[in-house]
Amino acid sequence: MTEKFSARKYLRYIKLPFCQGCGGLTVMNCFLRAVHELSHKDLSTFVFCSGIGCASWIPSPYFKADSIHTTHGRSIPVATGVKLVQPNLNVVVFGGDGDLAGIGLSHLIHAARRNLNITAIMVNNMIYGMTGGQVAPTTPLGAETTTTPYGNSEYPLDATRLVVAAGASYAARWTTAHHTRLKEGMKKALKTKGFAFIEAVSQCPTAFGRRVGLKTAADMLRWFKENSVSIEEAEKMAEDKLMRKIVVGEFIHREFPTFTDTVYEVMREARNSA
Amino acid sequence: MFHFYEAELIAAHRYKHRLYLKPTTKIPTPKKEAPMTQAAPQSTHFWQGNEGCAEGAIAAGCRFFAGYPITPATEIAEHLAKRLPQVGGIAIQMEDEIASLGAVIGASWAGAKAMTATSGPGFSLMQENIGYAFMTETPCVIVNIQRAGPSTGQATKCGQGDVMQTRWGTHGDHAMIALSPNSVQEMYNLTIRAFNLAERYRTPVVLLADEIIAHMREEITTPQLKEIEIVDRKKPKRTEKTFFGSQDIPPMPAVGEGYNIPVTGSTHNETGHRYTADPIVHRKLVERLVGKIERNADQLIEYEGYNIDECEAGIISYGCTSRAIYETVELAKKEHIKTGFIRLKTIWPFPDRVIQRMAQNTKALFVAEMNLKQLFYEVKRAVEGTVSVFPINKIGGGEMITPGELLSEIVRRTRNLD
Ligand SMILES: Cc1ncc(C[n+]2csc(CCOP(=O)(O)OP(=O)(O)O)c2C)c(N)n1
Ligand code: SF4
Repeated sequence: MTEKFSARKYLRYIKLPFCQGCGGLTVMNCFLRAVHELSHKDLSTFVFCSGIGCASWIPSPYFKADSIHTTHGRSIPVATGVKLVQPNLNVVVFGGDGDLAGIGLSHLIHAARRNLNITAIMVNNMIYGMTGGQVAPTTPLGAETTTTPYGNSEYPLDATRLVVAAGASYAARWTTAHHTRLKEGMKKALKTKGFAFIEAVSQCPTAFGRRVGLKTAADMLRWFKENSVSIEEAEKMAEDKLMRKIVVGEFIHREFPTFTDTVYEVMREARNSA
Repeated sequence: MFHFYEAELIAAHRYKHRLYLKPTTKIPTPKKEAPMTQAAPQSTHFWQGNEGCAEGAIAAGCRFFAGYPITPATEIAEHLAKRLPQVGGIAIQMEDEIASLGAVIGASWAGAKAMTATSGPGFSLMQENIGYAFMTETPCVIVNIQRAGPSTGQATKCGQGDVMQTRWGTHGDHAMIALSPNSVQEMYNLTIRAFNLAERYRTPVVLLADEIIAHMREEITTPQLKEIEIVDRKKPKRTEKTFFGSQDIPPMPAVGEGYNIPVTGSTHNETGHRYTADPIVHRKLVERLVGKIERNADQLIEYEGYNIDECEAGIISYGCTSRAIYETVELAKKEHIKTGFIRLKTIWPFPDRVIQRMAQNTKALFVAEMNLKQLFYEVKRAVEGTVSVFPINKIGGGEMITPGELLSEIVRRTRNLD
């Protein structure tokens, strides 16, 4: 790791699509740094799958790599097919909270349940960014969005705890205000043998921040910092005190046979007995 | 919970095998089925249609299957779950049909020949990804064993009501290839052909079968493997850079081969990069995708014909319904009505030309199908008013249109025309 980090070596020379101050850029940068620090000279051993939404633009087509930009929410099924056929490739999924925890939620749960050995990075901006700021399954209670003009009447989903319960090997949540830990989490996720999930709570000043009184990226990052509590702290806090908080940290790290392990084991046995 | 989970994972299938080895249990001698990895000699079997389809897929080189249980297609998944691992393939059950086709698309980009199988409700769920496979030129086979819809309809009963959905189900301009088997033998043969067409034209292909053909058992002959024509997708040369244009059917690399391919369902240029504002790029791409199928219609279209060029009454039918036409021809002979037929093996692209040929020398065309006039209008469109076209339809309870019913309609109509 003597070489200096430069995101350029992993990127195509195309103008990025993100708004100024978008957290997606931080997530992209953290990921490429993680890849660099894991000594990948290029992305030739990676395949990226993403759905539809701003976050899904992070890998595709900007990364100099194979990328499959799927239909909305279906990146994980496509990644399942890729990984099973080519188990030696590093398959990484990027998606927004709407993409992975809304329309594609069941695939996320089942990938975790199967311990499918991929890394899934969910950029949680708490809103449907690309379509202009509609309520998401992760939008905080009461928040005003274009489709909840009187405030959101639903509770937000805790996707990280959900994948832990479903059987993920690794799961961590950080915000874009914690970029070093976010990057370290991504490194661990990439090194994990089984299903690894990273939730990156991220700012969308354009479609969310300005509607909830956090006009700039800096305002949003300050809000993330002030409201983040570690898992350890959270355990000591009363439920009602946690209402507006973002619990950050590593939720699980365990290793056990992966989906490709068992599928190929079945194949070996079937071939021998045929 | 975790310990239990781990133990379960490691022990699951081993334990299953050990059960057989209990001293009190007689070890079952595994049934010797001709392993399809080697060239099995030509042999005959008594197979169910769905088995024919599954074995056809294996013979065609399919090594990845993902599906979700649904009557009357489930036997395909069950058969492939057993057989694919034996030949080094993978069969998985996904959480729904959207995911099933998603996994098939991923597997295809990873280099495998891949298939899914479903029926109406699942086929409806797959429509968005069918359009995606078309737009990204992903070869794959989608088997739809039709049952009586709409909605859950009569889940165990036969229907042929998905014909127009197969053609137009996904949004936007597109072209489809759909094949229609009418015997167990054809479930095998046309599944192989479906893979060959998918690979040759780099597009999704639908095997549009029905419950009756899928569930009946018949004698079937499987040829020696080396006698089967197998088509594989065209791979790029190292120096090639355009995998989404510049030729009618571009070569297709797999992920992991170092080509850095951006695959997207958005409008894209020849290198795969998205261009969502330029009218020319969109026009060029979609017209090529539709054109590569329309221009090759003659290669794609297959049918069985009888008395096409001279008959008083011409029957057009397909799938299970078409099994009644052979006897109808004989019955009509006794009534001194010379009858011909076109039995469609390719439904899409629609075989306009042969229908027009038949229309030239016949008094009337009869379109027999187990739906409420789906291909009927297609035939009417093709003949452009040159001849009378009559629908013969029946739905419900999986009841087939009988030769007697076909005959009485033919007699009634042709006599009235005199
Ligand atoms: C089936 C389908 N429904 C709806 C859409 C429209 N759509 C595009 S992006 C998007 C939301 C994306 O939100 P999220 O995944 O949170 O990503 P973000 O843009 O916030 O990063 C929606 C609903 C679509 N493309 N496909
Ligand atoms: S809309 Fe929001 S999420 Fe999308 S690019 Fe702009 S700031 Fe980022």
